[in-house]
Amino acid sequence: MTETVTTNPGAPAGGPGGPATRFAVPGRIAVSERVAAVWQTATLAEIRRETPHAATFRLAVPDWAGHVPGQHLLLRLTAADGYVAQRHYSIASAPDDSGHIELTLDHVPDGEVSGWFHTVARPGDTVEVRGPLSGFFAWPGDRPALLIGAGSGIVPLMSMVRHRRRRALTVPLRMLVSARGPEELIYASELGAETTPVFTRTAPQGVPVGRMTAAHVAPLLAEQPSGGWEAYVCGSNGFAEHASRLLVAAGQPVDRIRIERFG
Amino acid sequence: MNVTRGFTGRPRVHNPGLPPGQYDAGEDWPVLSAEVTPDLTAADWSFRIDGLVERPHTWDWDAAHALPESAYDGDIHCVTGWSKFGVRFGGVSLDAFFHVVRPHVSATHVIARSHTGYTTNLPLADLTGGRAWIVWAYGGEPLPAEHGGPARLLVPHLYFWKSAKWIAGLTLLDHDEPGFWEGNGYHERGNPWEEQRYSGD
Repeated sequence: MTETVTTNPGAPAGGPGGPATRFAVPGRIAVSERVAAVWQTATLAEIRRETPHAATFRLAVPDWAGHVPGQHLLLRLTAADGYVAQRHYSIASAPDDSGHIELTLDHVPDGEVSGWFHTVARPGDTVEVRGPLSGFFAWPGDRPALLIGAGSGIVPLMSMVRHRRRRALTVPLRMLVSARGPEELIYASELGAETTPVFTRTAPQGVPVGRMTAAHVAPLLAEQPSGGWEAYVCGSNGFAEHASRLLVAAGQPVDRIRIERFG
Repeated sequence: MNVTRGFTGRPRVHNPGLPPGQYDAGEDWPVLSAEVTPDLTAADWSFRIDGLVERPHTWDWDAAHALPESAYDGDIHCVTGWSKFGVRFGGVSLDAFFHVVRPHVSATHVIARSHTGYTTNLPLADLTGGRAWIVWAYGGEPLPAEHGGPARLLVPHLYFWKSAKWIAGLTLLDHDEPGFWEGNGYHERGNPWEEQRYSGD
């Protein structure tokens, strides 16, 4: 597994005379071209239900070269007539040497690929994967991390949380995660003191209901770790827009916010 | 062929406009940017072409709009798998901008820069000959900020990460340099018909 932290020389500051809307967030890790280009056969080893709409699919990928938390892969299913469907999925599991990776998939209404996973797939089935891909939303575990996710946007963030625990890292990490209600909070039983859940529709007695606000973000930015937070935001576009604006309004620099959106 | 047991896929008709590995997003237009959407107004916007050109030049909003209008009617394709058919963008052909700055014969590649600092690289030949635009209208309306408004680059024959949002300028070079996603594992050119998704494809 490569954990080389690189800077990106090809990212100059914004255009002349432009407003102060700097981004130019450098990539976090070098990506192996060789590994990313190869399709591998993955064998479904186990299915675990997480919520009424989400399940975790554990895949045996014997030649998996390892990944960095936050990376994703490309997965493809092939029909008997040769039709192929490809989707990108974030990797849920922490990097380890087990030869397995885990994906957690929402059952999307009319979802072509997620529908197959949720209604047809059983242990022993094979699919194809290539990856890990992209060096941008990756977190090697080296900088204080502020993670904000909604729904299945928690998946790549959980890889980071698990990585930190597995390696007993002491670098600060906090997670804010939004879900409709406690029964839809993915990985609920695994979440610890690092996590603050926000419930938008239903909540346990005495817990407020409502969307994520400045009041959730402000305390985390008030307790800045040494070197400041690197923020990772993952969720639907609407959520990502909302959460990233909360961060900016609370003083988080735009060039220290990494966003992964899904449609 | 590695057939997936029990997988049939959605009912489908063969669409010759759909590149391999893509699906039709229909009415959806997913937003995919890794950055915070900037608060960039038309008054703040400018577009500069420099590097290996005879006359580097910067246009503001009004000057860019004074160039001859040009529209794109067609399809777009995102590396994450969706394609969108029959879209209409309004703006100005990059040829009109290049006519002003006059690229050197030595120029072979371009780095496109956004007002946010995002970059992407392209062969110059992919931006000339009526195949690339600076656009500010979508379906007859102003381009929404989350889709790159007030103005973005449009290079519809390549994967859409090449069509830099919030475009700030182009720098012409005599060599290729990776941009933001290219430095993060994505392909240098990104031709959807050849599935040039990642480095090594």
